[in-house]
Amino acid sequence: MRPGSENEVLELVREAMARSRRLELRGGGSKRQIGAPLDNVDEIDVLELTGLHGIVDYDPSELVLTVRAGTLWAEVERALATERQMLACEPLDVAATLGDAAGRMTVGGLVASGLSGPRRVVAGSVRDHVLGFRAVSGRGELFVGGGKVVKNVTGYDLPKLLTGSWGRLAALTEVTLKVLPAPEVARVFALKGLDAPLAWQCLARVLGSSVGATAAMHFGPGTVGAESLTVLRLEGFAASVAARLQALQALIGARHELHALSEAEAVGLWGSLASLDVLPPDRPIWRLSVPARQAPSLLARCAAVGDRWLFDWGGALCWLASDVDPERLRTEVAAVGGHAMLWRADAALRRRVPTFHPLPAGLGTLEDRVRRQFDPLGVFATARFAGGAHAH
Amino acid sequence: MSVAMPAVDESVLARRAQIVAALRTLVSVDGVIDEVVRMRPYESDALTAYRQLPLVVVLPETTLQVAAVLRWCHANGVRVVPRGAGTSLSGGALPLGDAVLLVLSKFSRILEIDAEDRLAIVQSGVANLAISAAAEPHGLYYAPDPSSQIACSIGGNVAENSGGVHCLKYGLTTHNVLGVRLVTMEGEIVDLGGRAFDSSGLDLLGIVVGSEGLLGVVTEVTVRLLPKPEAVRALLIGFPTVDDAARCVAEVIAAGIIPAGMEMMDRPAIHAAEAFVQAGYPLDAEALLIVEVDGPPAECDELVARIEQLARRNAAQSCRSSTSEAERLRFWAGRKAAFPAVSRIAPDYYCMDGTIPRRRLPEVLQRIRELSQRHGLGVANVFHAGDGNLHPLILYDANQPGQLERAEEFGNDILRLCVEVGGVLTGEHGVGIEKRDLMPEMFSADDLAHQQRVKCAFDPQQLLNPGKVFPVLHRCAELGRVHVHGGAVRFPELPRF
Repeated sequence: MRPGSENEVLELVREAMARSRRLELRGGGSKRQIGAPLDNVDEIDVLELTGLHGIVDYDPSELVLTVRAGTLWAEVERALATERQMLACEPLDVAATLGDAAGRMTVGGLVASGLSGPRRVVAGSVRDHVLGFRAVSGRGELFVGGGKVVKNVTGYDLPKLLTGSWGRLAALTEVTLKVLPAPEVARVFALKGLDAPLAWQCLARVLGSSVGATAAMHFGPGTVGAESLTVLRLEGFAASVAARLQALQALIGARHELHALSEAEAVGLWGSLASLDVLPPDRPIWRLSVPARQAPSLLARCAAVGDRWLFDWGGALCWLASDVDPERLRTEVAAVGGHAMLWRADAALRRRVPTFHPLPAGLGTLEDRVRRQFDPLGVFATARFAGGAHAH
Repeated sequence: MSVAMPAVDESVLARRAQIVAALRTLVSVDGVIDEVVRMRPYESDALTAYRQLPLVVVLPETTLQVAAVLRWCHANGVRVVPRGAGTSLSGGALPLGDAVLLVLSKFSRILEIDAEDRLAIVQSGVANLAISAAAEPHGLYYAPDPSSQIACSIGGNVAENSGGVHCLKYGLTTHNVLGVRLVTMEGEIVDLGGRAFDSSGLDLLGIVVGSEGLLGVVTEVTVRLLPKPEAVRALLIGFPTVDDAARCVAEVIAAGIIPAGMEMMDRPAIHAAEAFVQAGYPLDAEALLIVEVDGPPAECDELVARIEQLARRNAAQSCRSSTSEAERLRFWAGRKAAFPAVSRIAPDYYCMDGTIPRRRLPEVLQRIRELSQRHGLGVANVFHAGDGNLHPLILYDANQPGQLERAEEFGNDILRLCVEVGGVLTGEHGVGIEKRDLMPEMFSADDLAHQQRVKCAFDPQQLLNPGKVFPVLHRCAELGRVHVHGGAVRFPELPRF
């Protein structure tokens, strides 16, 4: 089903309620391989939101852009680039990590998944840039949350709750984003051959300084090359980037050789981060969100021979390709205060292992109560995120 | 008091002695205050037009004690109002006559500073500024800086999603909090977020920040720390018209510059501030801009030069840039003293907090002037120009009969105007009781019901801080009803998910 208007979305949700059907919400489908396969497909209709298309309002000097949820992200990115602006959390099109072609990601999908890119380490995540929305909840009611100005504390911050809710609360029909000026200049630098503890320490030193790096990544050995590669990005006005580079040299240049990467090299690295093509294709991929300082030892404990990994956000986000036992991985990750999301796996593993790290009992109950307030009949509960805290 | 609060439950008042005795078994002996004279300091927050003595004040010292108090109150149907430092400008911590006032002031310890992962874990009663002071030896600080930061608690900041003059660049509280330890009204202790950047499942942390103490009581907060900028410089720019100043602000942002702060004052505010602190403000200006930039010194110099150019292009009459820290602080002195300065030209003032799309600013200020004439009350405007957050200060005299009511009507008209031009009721002070009854100006009944149902998930009996934020206190059973359109729910006997 591909509704062409917000009213049609409303009608289709109400119809699903009346007929006890379930709805799988989908934007461009770039992340449909995440989550358990939809085995109970007979009672599920796919509600594809790409028919809700177009930028509704964009005033660059207000830093606000309102767009219908089914609009392709690439189209929004082009409109922003024309005004030399950006969505600062730097969302990546991750379709290729899941074996799909890039270019289909929609704004609604971007918000519903809430996945941010490298700049998140300093600029906040997707949720920090969603100012407002219009949506149809599982009650068959159209509602708005947030507002259309950059500073607003009126009522509960529902935009945060909807961001990263993976289509389990409501069908987004329109979102309002906070946008920011894009940097005039971006330069990427790399350090070669650091081991993981040293890389974390190095990145932490830089992130804790006035260098103001806007990306802090580490590609483990056997990913982009035999040696590891630690990557930093400086952005801003030309004079500012020059000053920041001096500060960076002063901070770590004496101990490590800083290699300036060409634009092509940098584009290649960012491409590898978006596609994860530097990880072995035959192993499940886990997305680990952890306290940055825990990344090196955690990866050392969990990665077996032949496993590959990289980390972003100074260590706070790890991508691990490994056949590690899911239970064991989750126990290790939880013990250091993190969580593990099963990102890519074959259908059998995705059927057996919940995608999201199960929550502790009290929190799981609370989350479920919140979800049922938006979707009491389970219209959006398709079993895709079944298991653990997300039991349906 | 012109705002109606929930009807007092007489049966609770009748049980007061029993409630006080029960609370004394749950916290330390001196942690319960029930004498009127000692409860008096708690009868209002910083919205002092509203006062109410609580049923009893309780000051727990540990998360377990908070859980025990809440669990007992939940089991016994007693309402609870949480309170941090009591600096809310919207009445968020206003007591109820039949509710326990749960005060977090004993949660005053900084538990950990992790300089390498750049975070601090603190108890919720710690003052905002104390976090930055503790982080200072590491070259770090906590960015959100509400003007009450010397006194306001981080737990209160979480409840109100507090901002500050630097939030254009550094965000509100919500952008700087990684996690909280929350106790629900049922006494359940949950950790939302933590040391990692995000958490599994729904973003409950995101909804708790800014929930104005209606969803749970926060006892611990994990905040992000930022490296202190190497250099900070400010510009002081006078304009012949508000339009020129507003256009300059838009052009600064269009030029790709996000200043650390960008404040505007109108003529009455400039004159009040100058008379109060002699900051050297240009008295011939209709609008004054303070623009602050921070970062590496070379970046500051570059941005100051670019902003000076934009100011001149927009008819600036005067433009000075700070060349020393003393000069920068002098530029700010008038703005920071604006509120007390205004209280020298009128016995009382009422501070509003709407946000508008910035492009509507000249029109909105013109209409505020018209409203000022119609209501017969003066107004001085200071505001966070970068993000369109207005703080009109309505001047009145509470001792003159009818003036408080007129000030409130004037304020309501301003907030309606903000919504009419596409803005919102509150940019950083919160809804509380102050803007509660205006919520339907901005949200439909369905919009509000979706917010209130979140409350129902956390506190189904609505015992925690009732009467705040939402204009009508619907019962959760009523809010929970599902309306199936075009047919009944099939198989009503089946469990639903």
